[in-house]
Amino acid sequence: MKTKTFPHGIHPQELKEATSHTSLQPLPAPEKVIIPLHQHFGSPAEPLVKKGDEVFMGQKIGESKSFFSACVHSSVSGKVMKVENYNHPLGNPVPAVTISNDGDDRVFPEIKKHKNPLSLNPEKIRHIVKDAGIVGLGGAAFPTAVKLSPPKDKPIDTIIINGCECEPLLTADHRLMLEYPDEIIQGAELVRIATGAEKIILGIENNKQDVYKLLQKKNYTFPLEISLLKTKYPQGAEKNLISALLKRVVPRGGLPFDVGVVVQNVGTVKAIWDAVNTGKPLYERALTVSGAGITSPKNLIVRIGSLFQNAIDYCGGLQDSANILVMGGPMMGLAQGTPDVPVIKGTSGILAWAEPEQITEHNCISCRRCVTHCPMGLVPTQLMKYSKLDYLSEAESRGIMDCVECGSCQYSCPAGIPLVHWLRVGKNKITDLKRKKSA
Amino acid sequence: MTNNRFILKSSPHFKGKDSVPKIMYAVIISLIPAIAASFYFFRIRALLIYLLSVSACLITEAVFLKARKKPMHSLWDGSAIITGLLLAMTLPPSLSLEIVVIGAVVSITLGKHVFGGLGDNIFNPALVGRAFLQVAFPVAMTTWIPPVTNQINTATYATPLGNLKFQAAAAQGALTPLKDLFWGNIGGCLGETSAVALLLGAAFLLYKRAIDWRIPVGIISILTVFTGIFWLTGPDKYASPAFHFLAGGLIIGAFFMATDMVTSPISPLGAWIYALGIGLLIGIIRLFGGFPEGVMFSILLMNTFVPLINRYTRPRILGERSTH
Repeated sequence: MKTKTFPHGIHPQELKEATSHTSLQPLPAPEKVIIPLHQHFGSPAEPLVKKGDEVFMGQKIGESKSFFSACVHSSVSGKVMKVENYNHPLGNPVPAVTISNDGDDRVFPEIKKHKNPLSLNPEKIRHIVKDAGIVGLGGAAFPTAVKLSPPKDKPIDTIIINGCECEPLLTADHRLMLEYPDEIIQGAELVRIATGAEKIILGIENNKQDVYKLLQKKNYTFPLEISLLKTKYPQGAEKNLISALLKRVVPRGGLPFDVGVVVQNVGTVKAIWDAVNTGKPLYERALTVSGAGITSPKNLIVRIGSLFQNAIDYCGGLQDSANILVMGGPMMGLAQGTPDVPVIKGTSGILAWAEPEQITEHNCISCRRCVTHCPMGLVPTQLMKYSKLDYLSEAESRGIMDCVECGSCQYSCPAGIPLVHWLRVGKNKITDLKRKKSA
Repeated sequence: MTNNRFILKSSPHFKGKDSVPKIMYAVIISLIPAIAASFYFFRIRALLIYLLSVSACLITEAVFLKARKKPMHSLWDGSAIITGLLLAMTLPPSLSLEIVVIGAVVSITLGKHVFGGLGDNIFNPALVGRAFLQVAFPVAMTTWIPPVTNQINTATYATPLGNLKFQAAAAQGALTPLKDLFWGNIGGCLGETSAVALLLGAAFLLYKRAIDWRIPVGIISILTVFTGIFWLTGPDKYASPAFHFLAGGLIIGAFFMATDMVTSPISPLGAWIYALGIGLLIGIIRLFGGFPEGVMFSILLMNTFVPLINRYTRPRILGERSTH
């Protein structure tokens, strides 16, 4: 079977066998959950509850008036203990609502089912998605309602459902596709309706043949195409996925809108279906707990606000040798200083392993491996030098802001240079400079 | 439970297995057949020249690393050893040993560390050393001895390319047979006489993807076309492309020197331009220049163009040309 792909990229060890055959199972809700009010790209939500309030499962506890934001819901029923800053997996502590779980899972009474979800109008679907606090579950946590509201002058013709899961170790999306195919495809159809697109393409890497076969057997009546992609990293990066599937090139600094495309992760479209069909807001998500440092790796459905520690304990705890803890995948995930951080909407994985000895850094020998592998067509080694020397305008004109930080360059760098780190430094400096200029 | 158990570092957290020393040692391994051939053809002189050249390079490198307060692990990254080996391979076997040491010191000093060390040099260090010796010791650098396996006793022994240039060997039908060029039973620089040994190593490098195949392919193609045209128009005056491919420093230059990552262009298109430039210059120098051989000057000349080539052949950023 011929597979589609994009130019460049790398093929790191997949290491998915540890969990690719283990079914998703719910992580028992912990005694208390700590739900950060800022879990998404955009403005933080303002708390709607205060200490002592009784809350239901699925009740809205945070909301923002901003368009670029997402509301936040309680993942358990119980009592609000406090609304205070708490550790956050993305870095600095942010305000979070701590709720003691009464264990009854009393569902918020205002949550209601929608009859015939597929006959709802676009406006209604967008409204439900916004109200359910849905964000992109691939990791970037971009508010989904925004993605479903393309500008009038940018008609959308294709919905791409991203089932690549190209990061090593992660298999939660794989399991979602195997266990909830109907929900995912119907969720995709809702996205199609909401954006007025003509067709849906589900892109999956060919290391997930079982999903492909399963979906081929189902005879969905939707305008759906299932496309096998080469197992290559970063196949799931939005712009590369679009180029692989449609041979369309998103302009520099542009969005998929610009080429008539909306890309949604499989977990996101399942959340959309759940929200529209049953009224369930986004208060839990599927994620993979894996890596050589986890005693018994699993795929879990975890309530938002559970601590990493809860999930790790449920998976048999950490191995003694484990000395790195990562949220997300090994290529783009964020190293954590402590497992005392809550699971947020963007947590696609909790990984731990024993990090090999520090690699010695050598001078760049211009081997061009970073150039060969960069999926964005950049020259990372040159950008690294510009960033180090503060040659910011050169860095910008050579495309430093186009870097998606996928890590392909650094993965393949024989000199062990922390290229992504230096590119991030350069990008941050440029962003700061622009902010100062506009202020 | 805040503790220092977990390492905090930025992504990516996975790393491929490639390393600078691995690449460098692959090059060293690839040179072994040619080094073995030079031991066979030139015996003890070969051993002495290799030993002196490599140790002088290592010592010079160590002095510079120390003086510039650079990490000492760089000494064993393999690059200084390669410079020493390549320099030795391009020297006449009869060269007096102090000249070998001077060449090695100049290679590391003027070829590498004045620019900032490994990665920042513009020219191939071994060729800088060799060019220096060529200018400083012109007679010693063009005095040749026959290999010990070749029982010719002559005071004016010359290389195959020298015969071609100065003795009008093509006209007299006295060109060195291709068979001898292939096996290496000829006069010439220490490590460049045996084509077969060099090609064996080159095959290993290509298999390991340690060099960009475009560079040797580009150099050899253009040289073949260039010398081929002249050979077809005047076979009694010019040597065949096969002769030009096997003779002199072409193979060692095209596969082992022009391919030096530091001093060759970044993009595939750049590599082609660079390779065609080198091949054409070699052809022009060999056919019409004052020297019988032009590999060294051609590579050094094209090295100077690398930053310019890089500037005009940078890869296209995704989205630079949108298609919709």
